[in-house]
Amino acid sequence: MHIPDGFINIPTSAGFGAAAAGGIWYSIRRSAQYLDDRRVPLAGLVAAFVFAAQMVNFPVAAGTSGHLIGGVLAAVLVGPWLGALVLTVVLVVQGVFFADGGLSALGLNVFNMAIVGALGGYLVYRGLIALLPKTRTATVAAAGVAAGLSVLLAAFAFVLEYAIGGEGGAAWGTVAAAMGGVHALIGIGEGLITSLVVGAVMSTRPDLVAAAPKVEVPAHG
Amino acid sequence: MDKRLWWFLGIGLVVALLVAGILSGFASGEPDGLERVSIDEGFDETAEDHTLADSPLADYAVEGVEDGRLSTGLAGIIGVGITLAVSAGLFYGIRLYGRARRAKEPA
Repeated sequence: MHIPDGFINIPTSAGFGAAAAGGIWYSIRRSAQYLDDRRVPLAGLVAAFVFAAQMVNFPVAAGTSGHLIGGVLAAVLVGPWLGALVLTVVLVVQGVFFADGGLSALGLNVFNMAIVGALGGYLVYRGLIALLPKTRTATVAAAGVAAGLSVLLAAFAFVLEYAIGGEGGAAWGTVAAAMGGVHALIGIGEGLITSLVVGAVMSTRPDLVAAAPKVEVPAHG
Repeated sequence: MDKRLWWFLGIGLVVALLVAGILSGFASGEPDGLERVSIDEGFDETAEDHTLADSPLADYAVEGVEDGRLSTGLAGIIGVGITLAVSAGLFYGIRLYGRARRAKEPA
């Protein structure tokens, strides 16, 4: 999912980079309103975990792998604005220290995974939560389904970027079909991992799950 | 901050280190979804070498460490450390910024 330099031309990369920068700035403003002493280390831990989990590519089809993005995971655990910043930190560290994701494509990657993946995926999560009963099981399921769909959203954000400024001459329609197909499979893995982790935190410290609806569990054990 | 939160953070950190340090060595080396699509649709050749492809941690391997799993695992543990350090700086900074903003507003 990390776009290298060269796939998307520079003007398109710059445009999406500007949109990503606007999203980051707004996320900083919103995070500043609720970031407290205990959310600082918690957000750091979520960033470290997302970085770690993104290293573990799982096979999805013959000759193809995928890995967690973690946008919905981060958004559900620490809230959407802080979650988008968590993903941004991970993407910057990967691009600058690990040569993963091109530097001219950093804005594209932040747009796709932090803005669309975390914030867009979080909107899907909120939509599902509104429809479902306010139980722990429903929360975990909604996080998983939203996480899976967020991978498709991020994949189609790439298709949009490719349609506007893609190099190499592939037709965007066939790119869309191919991206949708493979990322539907990767999305299943994303959903399962997200449900597993959100479920584990919900069963130990439900009060730490920022985006959980107020369910019938004791706030402190 | 309560003691139980520190326990939670500590256990979470151990899990992250295990995933980055050990599980990462067993990751699939196949192309990821986007790479696969770029190969199948014929635009993989447009990818340029990363600007920092010669950096000591490029491609999640520590320069000079020959054993593949060890090199990946070490890179993962270093990456968890870097991610924590960058997060600490950014999020602590945002907390100070938020506090300063709130202090300016009339109560």
